[in-house]
Amino acid sequence: MISIRNIVKQYAGYRALSDVSLEVETGTVFGLLGPNGAGKTSLIRIINQITAPDSGEVYFNGERLGRHHVERIGYMPEERGLYKKMEIGEQILYLAQLKGLSRSEAIRRTKYWFEKLEIQAWWNKKIEELSKGMQQKAQFVATVLHEPDLLILDEPFSGFDPVNAEIIKNEILELNRKGATIIFSTHRMESVEELCDSIALLNKSHKLLDGKVRQIKDSFRNGTYTLEYEGARVNAGADAPFDVVSEETPDSRHRLTLQMKPGTAPNDALRYMLPLAAITHFEEKVPTMNEIFISTVNKMSGHE
Amino acid sequence: MNKILLIIEREYMSRVKKKSFIVLTILVPLLFIGMFAFIGYLAVKGDELGDEKRVQVIDETGSFTGKLQNTSSITYVYTQDRFADARNTFRDKGYNFLLHIPPASSPAPVELLSDKKPSATTIEAIESGLSHIAEAERLRAAGIDTAVLAKAQKRIDIKAKQITEAGEKDAQTYTAYAVGFLSAFLIYMCLFIYGTQVMRGVIEEKVSRIVEVIISSVRPFQLMLGKIIGVGLVGLTQFVLWIVISVVLSMAGGTFLAGNAKHRMEQTMPAKAKEQMQQVQQVQSPDNSMAQIMESIESIPVVYTLSCFLFYFLFGYLLYSAIFAAVGSAVDNETETQQFMLPITLPIIFTFALAQSFIINNPDSSLSVWLSMIPFTSPIAMMIRIPFGVPAWQLALSMLLLVLGFVGTTWVASRIYRVGILMYGKKASYKELAKWFMYRD
Repeated sequence: MISIRNIVKQYAGYRALSDVSLEVETGTVFGLLGPNGAGKTSLIRIINQITAPDSGEVYFNGERLGRHHVERIGYMPEERGLYKKMEIGEQILYLAQLKGLSRSEAIRRTKYWFEKLEIQAWWNKKIEELSKGMQQKAQFVATVLHEPDLLILDEPFSGFDPVNAEIIKNEILELNRKGATIIFSTHRMESVEELCDSIALLNKSHKLLDGKVRQIKDSFRNGTYTLEYEGARVNAGADAPFDVVSEETPDSRHRLTLQMKPGTAPNDALRYMLPLAAITHFEEKVPTMNEIFISTVNKMSGHE
Repeated sequence: MNKILLIIEREYMSRVKKKSFIVLTILVPLLFIGMFAFIGYLAVKGDELGDEKRVQVIDETGSFTGKLQNTSSITYVYTQDRFADARNTFRDKGYNFLLHIPPASSPAPVELLSDKKPSATTIEAIESGLSHIAEAERLRAAGIDTAVLAKAQKRIDIKAKQITEAGEKDAQTYTAYAVGFLSAFLIYMCLFIYGTQVMRGVIEEKVSRIVEVIISSVRPFQLMLGKIIGVGLVGLTQFVLWIVISVVLSMAGGTFLAGNAKHRMEQTMPAKAKEQMQQVQQVQSPDNSMAQIMESIESIPVVYTLSCFLFYFLFGYLLYSAIFAAVGSAVDNETETQQFMLPITLPIIFTFALAQSFIINNPDSSLSVWLSMIPFTSPIAMMIRIPFGVPAWQLALSMLLLVLGFVGTTWVASRIYRVGILMYGKKASYKELAKWFMYRD
């Protein structure tokens, strides 16, 4: 869908993107992750042709990105808003027409979405008269009304209350099932990792790593498990197939964090514990995106 | 292209539908006509509006008694009382002033007594009344016939004629004054009103954060141009409506007022001093002046002046509103615009100030010519000069420079604008603006 090749963007005081290359496959949910100031918004603005890169190219379905692609992209920026004094219905029609929809088609689709999100009664209200949640729904409708092939959402859930965030999240996933490619951008990595098929981590204008979420996580597995049991405390001896990293007893249960010894399998840990305790919970401790990010940053700075 | 039309439509409709637009469109012509009507009323009836002043006169020379002419605001009453008594009693008798004319042999001056300070016009009126009588008295004493003198003193009106290829024509200097000043004033006002509207619109888009959504669909330049053209059309609409409403109102009210004014003048005439009346009649009778005004208006090449006005209004507006848009993009709210406003408004105010005092009196001086060439000052300066006649080559050059100025300014402004609208919370300096200008597309 989108192929980003060797993008460099230099601003007067600093470098926003240094030689960044990415592939976003059609029909996937792609997460663009990184802390504030990593270069995410700069990259997104380049894909939206709001700014141009100093060097490098962007391809849209194999074609060099051009003005006509604008109508196939839906963009919800991090800093978003609508005309305060304009009626909500007119406003969405206006934005949709700017994306190339005919007025009649825009009216038809706006009605559909307003009913779906239960805001049809507010068609003639001005934005300033609406609640924050309503405004956000309207903003979302304006983003997706022209049925874009590519939906780019910068910090999509910031500012949404939990109920609306859930509604919008489900709508986004439904659009994805219908074939739209989604790019999420966020600095709150945990908020989207379960939604994403693939991710890219950006830090200080550089791409740290990218790939399928599953593969990245697999590559960061380190044989750590969490085990909970009830009953008397078990004192794991030197003969155990694991080392105890930490141990805590928040309530009647004991929780162990285990590090498997080399050459052992998780089943060995269970086999060791089964005769000694009533196991209630056993799970591999998969590193979160946050942890992966931090360990990658540390590794990189260690090399320097 | 289609998208620019959409933007223009939205900018236009959202403003025209506003209550403030409708109110302003109806109110301004009413205010203007009301103002002119009031001024006209004052001119005709001004004397009567002032409070009546009663003057008690003690004439010890005897030569003034009965000769001072009452006016609508001053009434003279003569008395034989002694000055020393009268000075204590005139207020109780209901007089505002006591005028004491000592005998010709006395070195004492003519005195005007009152408990309040007399106004300058009152003193002048009494002084000139006395002087006229004294003058006529002395002339008669010297054996000169006042009737002969009145003839000799006939006021001379200059009929200014301009020599053109087509022969002589009336120069109509006063009409040129009025037309030049009025059109320059309108352009001056509109640059401010509509330029500021463009700036507010840009700030509104930036503050409400909708701008990034829009420029993911259209180029920043399209958005800026659409806004400028949209607001400009609002301005033109307002102009046309103002003119239409003014014409309708003044045609309706004009016939009524004109009839009234004439009637009133005839009424007040007999009360005025003889000489004054003669003078008035010598200058022109009311009917005559009406005809002259009509002649003046017909002397203006309407199509030529109007098209020049539209051209300078349009391109002056386009040039300045592009700068206003760039300023709007560089700030986060309206109060921050101060530091950028002065350099923009200075040339406008400077030209307008010069226009009233210098250009209108010296329309062909080299300074006036230069000001009417520079794109930033030409919309106002040239409109002042046009009614006085401008060589075709100067007009053509000025228009060309203005169009070039507009293209150049818009180019610079749009480069600042495209960066500025995405910058938040950064206080922009001129250095910053220069950097934005240099950014690559």
